[in-house]
Amino acid sequence: MNEPSLRVALPELPILACLIILAHFPAVGQPGQATTPTKRSWDYGALAEVPLKAQSMPNPYADDPTAMAAGKKLYGQHCSECHGADAAGGNRGPSLRVAEMRKATPGAIFFVVTNGVARHGMPVWSKLPEPERWQIVSFLQSLNK
Amino acid sequence: MGSILCLTLFQGRMFAQESPYIVTYDHYLEEPGSLEVEYFSTLGTQRGGNGFHAFWLELEYGTKAWWTTELYVDGQTTVNDSTLFTGFRWENRFRPLAREHFINPVIYIEYEQISEADKIIKEVEGHDVESDHADPNSVLRQEHDHEIEFKVLLSKTFRGWNVAVNPLATKNLSPSNPWEFGYALGGSHPLAMRASPNHCNLCRENFIVGGELYGGLGDTESFGLHETSHYLAPVAAWNLPSGWTVRLSPGFGLNDKSHRLLLRWGVSREFSSFGPMISRLLRGRQ
Repeated sequence: MNEPSLRVALPELPILACLIILAHFPAVGQPGQATTPTKRSWDYGALAEVPLKAQSMPNPYADDPTAMAAGKKLYGQHCSECHGADAAGGNRGPSLRVAEMRKATPGAIFFVVTNGVARHGMPVWSKLPEPERWQIVSFLQSLNK
Repeated sequence: MGSILCLTLFQGRMFAQESPYIVTYDHYLEEPGSLEVEYFSTLGTQRGGNGFHAFWLELEYGTKAWWTTELYVDGQTTVNDSTLFTGFRWENRFRPLAREHFINPVIYIEYEQISEADKIIKEVEGHDVESDHADPNSVLRQEHDHEIEFKVLLSKTFRGWNVAVNPLATKNLSPSNPWEFGYALGGSHPLAMRASPNHCNLCRENFIVGGELYGGLGDTESFGLHETSHYLAPVAAWNLPSGWTVRLSPGFGLNDKSHRLLLRWGVSREFSSFGPMISRLLRGRQ
């Protein structure tokens, strides 16, 4: 409080906070630069990296007809923003209608939903109760049948 | 700026699955690119002074999957006194472990520049007591704190239960002040573990209830639970499918150093495509 230099510098901190946030965004495009969004290529390595024990976990709602409908609702609420309303992919998340998903076990999909894929910006979703995550798995598997 | 606000009002809504905590933090960070705008109120009783309404605005942005940054702007109105802006806080939360573990740590670092008139009581530290807030605003606003605050957010979710423990250490940047300590503990559980297939506002799955316990732990010169305040607060959150979250929490002081009642409520809204939208605007795309 009695340090003048500190008092001068510290009020600038909100500006610094804004600059840090803005620095996160991609740079402003140059005139004439192409502005068409390019489709990102994704790898599905996270599914292959799931531990064997987790891969073998069965979906407790595999035979529950309401689980898929509930999972569809949950997908729309939590996942569609990145993966697309039809799960065919977006600029922030890959398509979930691909061979890798068809081949993945329910346990592997559950593991990825639970733990996220930090390197691709997917957050952990363990804040959803376990049954809700299995309901999402039910829906995702129904897309690839 | 107006166009940014208008755009965010109409796009990128996402159903928020927010915790009911107001003081305690769990280990979940903001989704990358999402902006959460939050408003909170605290109505507090005051022995030896006037009751107050403290309020704050939070702008919480998911910078990365492992980094959330947040700006707070605080103010308060004291009954029969005045309304004033009391300062700002800038916090950053970093998640060092990518996957879920038995316990999930998050590192919390905050800088705050607030006056002694700040009454949001977002945490209790050192020997914070009720009488600190009894003086008139004209007196309290004369003194300013520049503080750095560190927390370790430890949290675990199992079978729907979330348990979170947040020890904290604060240092006022003026050299004569000691390190101060505090704590916050929280537990919560959704009212339903499975989602219903129907879209509904009042489904049990949209409600999370729990409790918080928070208080001071003294400072480096006098560590412990004595001569500081402690609160117990039931908490509840209602996560609406439209993207809004409403929280309510009546907090009760546990000793005569605490405010008898801190009635808190808050409303928040998540804008999931805020980051990409700003990127498009900066590139000149529509």
